[in-house]
Amino acid sequence: MSSTDQADPPPLYAAREPVFPKRVNGSFRSLKWVLMAVMLGIYYITPWIRWDRGPALPDQAVLVDLANRRFFFFMVEIWPHEFYFVAGLLIMAGLGLFLFTSAAGRVWCGYACPQTVWTDLFILVERWVEGDRNARIRLLRQKWNAEKVRKRITKWILWLLISIATGGAWVFYFTDAPELLKNLVIGAAHPVAYTTIAVMTATTFAFGGFAREQICIYACPWPRIQAAMMDEDTLVIAYREWRGEPRGKLHKGVTPEGQGDCIDCNACFAVCPMGIDIRNGQQLECITCGLCIDACNEMMDKIGKPRGLIGYMALKDESMERAGGHPKNVWKHIFRPRTLLYFTLWAGIGVALVVALFMRSPIDFNLTPNRDPLYVIQGDGSVRNIYTMRLRNKAGDETTFRITVTGENGAPRTDLNLLLEGAEGNEISAPADETLTQRVYIEAPAGSAPALADRTELRVWVEEVGAPARAAVDTVFNGTGKRD
Amino acid sequence: MSKKPTKHHQPDTTGHSWDGIEEYNNPLPRWWLWSFYATIIWGIGYSIAMPAWPLLNGATPGLLGSSTRANVQAEIDRYAAANKPIEEKLVATDLTQIANDPELASFTQNAGAAVYRTWCAQCHGAGAGGNDRLGYPNLLDSDWLWGGSIEDIYLTVAHGIRNDEDDDARYSQMPAFGRDELLDDTQIAQVVQHVRKISGQEYDAALEAEGAVVFADNCASCHMEDGTGDRAQGAPNLTDAIWLYGGDVDALTYTVANARFGVMPSWSFAPEGGEQRLSEAEIRAVAAYVHGLGGGE
Repeated sequence: MSSTDQADPPPLYAAREPVFPKRVNGSFRSLKWVLMAVMLGIYYITPWIRWDRGPALPDQAVLVDLANRRFFFFMVEIWPHEFYFVAGLLIMAGLGLFLFTSAAGRVWCGYACPQTVWTDLFILVERWVEGDRNARIRLLRQKWNAEKVRKRITKWILWLLISIATGGAWVFYFTDAPELLKNLVIGAAHPVAYTTIAVMTATTFAFGGFAREQICIYACPWPRIQAAMMDEDTLVIAYREWRGEPRGKLHKGVTPEGQGDCIDCNACFAVCPMGIDIRNGQQLECITCGLCIDACNEMMDKIGKPRGLIGYMALKDESMERAGGHPKNVWKHIFRPRTLLYFTLWAGIGVALVVALFMRSPIDFNLTPNRDPLYVIQGDGSVRNIYTMRLRNKAGDETTFRITVTGENGAPRTDLNLLLEGAEGNEISAPADETLTQRVYIEAPAGSAPALADRTELRVWVEEVGAPARAAVDTVFNGTGKRD
Repeated sequence: MSKKPTKHHQPDTTGHSWDGIEEYNNPLPRWWLWSFYATIIWGIGYSIAMPAWPLLNGATPGLLGSSTRANVQAEIDRYAAANKPIEEKLVATDLTQIANDPELASFTQNAGAAVYRTWCAQCHGAGAGGNDRLGYPNLLDSDWLWGGSIEDIYLTVAHGIRNDEDDDARYSQMPAFGRDELLDDTQIAQVVQHVRKISGQEYDAALEAEGAVVFADNCASCHMEDGTGDRAQGAPNLTDAIWLYGGDVDALTYTVANARFGVMPSWSFAPEGGEQRLSEAEIRAVAAYVHGLGGGE
């Protein structure tokens, strides 16, 4: 059967329908308050945690030092060549989202996404200034008068203050927070800091205050990706249609014969921050925040019906429940091959990163043989190879390193002599927290085996003078390749 | 927010129905459409204000007069101005003290490398390994024709070698013993064998005995009796393992017969009314850089 409406085509664009989420109480609302407090707390407080890093570096526990290309996270310090740690963390974050999405749907969207958290905060302010749902709808319809002007301006000022605090907190992650705060106040901070705060303030104000659910529906790609990761075992928020329908009002406090449990009170719709009706089934707008569950349970308690007309469920159980059976245990939905695979990958990368973190060499250096020219013949006929060494002194003060050469696998060699440009002997000092670039020369006397051979494998050692730390890299020595 | 809020949200369908499957219609918010139009208007305005439309020669300049070329020049000027104090300090510092000043040492390493790559690498090679077939000296080894101290290197860079543009250029000329018939072929063959001997290579003892005499009569005045050369006149040391034009019999024979005449430009040369090819600071920086490549004395 096919039919096409030949009348006016439906509109492609429409004005946004404003959403006025009603206040609700319940376990999910309480959970969201706690999560909001924890996450906002982490966001605002983290840059202010102090961590002693010696005199040369800012004493900040979490710091993304873009100017010096360092990343500090409590006891961990990441230099740019170790950026794979950041890549690993991003992969873990990605796999973690896969894991949570396949197990429990859009939990990220509903509870943890900054867009959700800040929108929740903005709605809280809005409700506080303008009243609950009905008062806000009335205010919207009302002509502009002193009351409306006062309430709107109060609300916008409060939003703006939150937005400034949000944008302001962001920049503290990138430089020493107390110093920057002082400079921001006296107007001496870098223009980039002010610009960043301005942009973050504007986006927070617009996204949290006005765009709200539209960011999730029209701008964010993540909901579309998540839809592909959910299956029939995934826990989603759904309306038990078999129990609720046919819906209808109570008559004198009693459900008429043949009517379902849904009393069509619209409480689930009134509290929804996305402005949808969960009774219409799974919808792309739904961020699974759980507020409709709280609203419906409250109603069911009032009319003396069992809770759970709206609740978390796996779609697989729907038909079983409809037939009067009991749903499977939640854990049986969560532990399934797909989630276990995600978890294994996630945990595997996590373990690998932790191992890599603790296996990092205490002395970090690399040695590049110069390729142009491969070797230099000295006046006395000896053959010299030139190497460029980059030695990172991660210590907070100047450190002296001794550089030596051995044969393959650390076997001693008397026919190789190591020299350093601009230094007597084989010791060199590196300034605190800097990467030292040093020309290193290795010489083989005229007629010696390495001088005549084409290539000789060797190992260069760096040890900290007066400390047990020591590291080595393998490299090669290029001889003339001419055996007489 | 002109429309009054609906009490109950039930999306419309597009009215299409195929095999009982209907399609919801979720229209985009109107502001989305307006923001799209706004980007078009912005695009038009941008193409008027900024260089945009390609023409046969160049592009429309734009009302704001923006030019990436000018931006780059401004940036170069800014960095040049920022470098001015340290360049002045470099010029005022004794050459031998550059390496002892960490700030100057770091500056000359980077600035000198930039000068080297721009002006020196064409002949001496990107890695300063020289070219022993064309006779461009290797700057990494322990042998220097005119001296390897930083002052010597500085003078060589500043004035060049055997050029006609700078009166202070280092100058010397080996006679072309064969071409000018100062020595006959036998004598040349003999002296070549002597040079082979003093440089520690295989040689023909019969020819060498006479060659030692030829050397003492014709070569020792510049290359010294023991063949160790004389840096004051750029006469190479013939006893070491380093050869600018090769140390085998053919190369040596050619050198003795025809002589060599390697030329290096003067980098302090300034055309009438113009600027020096390289500034004093650049010459000092590149001299310090070359001195630090491993051969410096």
